[in-house]
Amino acid sequence: MRIALFVTCMNDLLYPDTGIATVRILERLGHRVDFPQAQTCCGQMHLNSGYQQLAVPLVENFVRTFEPYDAVVAPSGSCVAMARDNYPRLVPDAAGVAARTYELSELLVDVLGVTDVGARFPHRVTYHPTCHGLRMLRLGDKPLRLLRAVEGIELLELGGAEECCGFGGTFALKNADVSGAMLADKCRNIADTEADYVAAVDNSCLTHIGGGLTRQKARARHIHYAEVLAS
Amino acid sequence: MNPLASGVPFPRAAKVALGDPQLRTNLRRATHTIRDRRAHAVGELPDWEALRTTAAAIKDDVLRRLPELLERFEERATAAGATVHWARDAAEACEIVSRIVRGTGETSAVKVKSMATQEIGLNEALERDGIAAFETDLAELIVQLAHDTPSHILVPAIHYNRAEIRDIFVREMPADADLTDDPAALAEAARSHLRRRFLSAKVGISGANFAIADTGTLVVVESEGNGRMCLTLPDTLVSVVGIEKILPTFADLEVFMQVLPRSSTGERMNPYTSTWTGVTPGDGPSDVHVVLLDNGRSTTLADEVGRQTLRCIRCSACLNVCPVYERAGGHAYGSVYPGPIGAILSPQLTGIGENASLPFASTLCGACYDVCPVKINIPEVLVHLRDQAPHSPAERAAMSVAAWLMRSPKRFAAAERLAQLGTGPLAAALGRRTVSRLPWPGSKWTDARDAPLPAAESFRDWWKHRDQTAGPQGHTHPVEETP
Repeated sequence: MRIALFVTCMNDLLYPDTGIATVRILERLGHRVDFPQAQTCCGQMHLNSGYQQLAVPLVENFVRTFEPYDAVVAPSGSCVAMARDNYPRLVPDAAGVAARTYELSELLVDVLGVTDVGARFPHRVTYHPTCHGLRMLRLGDKPLRLLRAVEGIELLELGGAEECCGFGGTFALKNADVSGAMLADKCRNIADTEADYVAAVDNSCLTHIGGGLTRQKARARHIHYAEVLAS
Repeated sequence: MNPLASGVPFPRAAKVALGDPQLRTNLRRATHTIRDRRAHAVGELPDWEALRTTAAAIKDDVLRRLPELLERFEERATAAGATVHWARDAAEACEIVSRIVRGTGETSAVKVKSMATQEIGLNEALERDGIAAFETDLAELIVQLAHDTPSHILVPAIHYNRAEIRDIFVREMPADADLTDDPAALAEAARSHLRRRFLSAKVGISGANFAIADTGTLVVVESEGNGRMCLTLPDTLVSVVGIEKILPTFADLEVFMQVLPRSSTGERMNPYTSTWTGVTPGDGPSDVHVVLLDNGRSTTLADEVGRQTLRCIRCSACLNVCPVYERAGGHAYGSVYPGPIGAILSPQLTGIGENASLPFASTLCGACYDVCPVKINIPEVLVHLRDQAPHSPAERAAMSVAAWLMRSPKRFAAAERLAQLGTGPLAAALGRRTVSRLPWPGSKWTDARDAPLPAAESFRDWWKHRDQTAGPQGHTHPVEETP
């Protein structure tokens, strides 16, 4: 199976470790991963901010770049949800590649049939499911099944887990006060778990949550769950 | 003030609410209580998803053949002795109602809680014509006595707690200065106050939750029985009904009587469901008028993505699960329709220019779509409306530049390198990869949270570097990297 990595623009620039972790997990399981250089951004920022026309060429680039692959994997719930929910509507012939685009846990659990990726992470971890993972991709407990199989991990339940962290892309800037209030509640719930790490499937939410945690000099640090699975 | 658009942008109005700790406590407690009750009531039904699908399908069918069904309703209601009026907008609807009330010679009317009459600003319009409209729904009464506006579709006084309600009653109904904030005592005070109004009322004003085309029947769904008093005691009844409220047949009601109470109050069955068909000698009002209201609905119907908004049955489940509503409160939306549904309905009824900030008052978290009993894809409509909203020239320029860079992999990689060059020394100087203060507009981010800086090496560069060391077949070799 030809698997391509869509690393996402945000991970490429800000969180390369998440992309590296994704590659290492899959290679450890014996799969070959390609990184097509022509990839850029999924177009979610433009579409969700009200610039649909600007998003279309980005979607076309994605479809062109990833069309040859059997599976596309991305360590980002929101970018995968963008592809699956919106691409077929925005670009003709995008339905095929959109359906073959998987969030990491979908590829591992649903396609490859793996829940134990042979990781060891002896820390206290709580898990924030993220809105796109929860309600758009319906990931359910797939990321948690992968995390539960990690050796040495102590998973702690997060209060109000299903509530949005308040990021919402440009929402954090356009409605900074409401976003900050939502973030404060999320950070308090994380602090209540007394975890060392909060993990999630999306570095965008984690940037928001992590920014709040470091600002408050909180105990918990943020980590993409792919990095836990690669450890 | 336009009941659908206050003119104050959402972020500014929300900031006021966020600064009120009592309001935030009241909202949090109330929304979480109703939210949990709804989840429980819905969880009891094994066929909930099928019910949602059916409810959405019935509403879509109605929207597809709305003109035909409206004409059928008019014909049947008229045959049953009612008079049907058509109103293009708020002004026309208010004028029709006012004319009918003035024609009776009365100077007051009792009202059933109704979103349509709030939407057209009916109480204020009647007041200008010398007619006092008395709200009879308990929460609506509290808001009216407080000279305030409702902040929730179903629980208009959700922003008050018991102590605050007690203070309003003592101030506005001075008969009982010893009133406590015990719910039973508050209800009793309201009951005796309202009883006097009911027994003297000659005119009743209502909306309708549903209007049945086949029979010309109005359906009013409420919890207190006060609405039924308004429907049965007066001589004259005037109902203002949005044109999207039509259902084809009486049998269709069965689906909505399951989904509505569960979604709105978390109850299995609605306490008071009144159906009213024209006039019957010796029973109820002898003069019944129905005002069919457009007020932007035809325009909404013409929009292929936006028309699903007209499926709404005003259950307000979306308000109670919305994290933005929970913090900002209903008044921040500047419309009688607050919350996620208000964020799409209000701009569609008024035109986007009047409510340009509302489609952005959401994180697109999708909780509203999950609970909607008629499956309105609110996030989809929000994004659709954002596309129509006016953008600032600075934002448009920034988005265009970003899109131009991202259209080409070469330009994108170059931009990444530039970002690393620009902020690399900063990260080195700080000794960490986060920054606590950015210049505007980044300051909007760093006011509440730290921001990340680019990594020393992008993934793209890591991959290239790895490709060279790994040779032509490169990808199969696991690479030992320090995390």
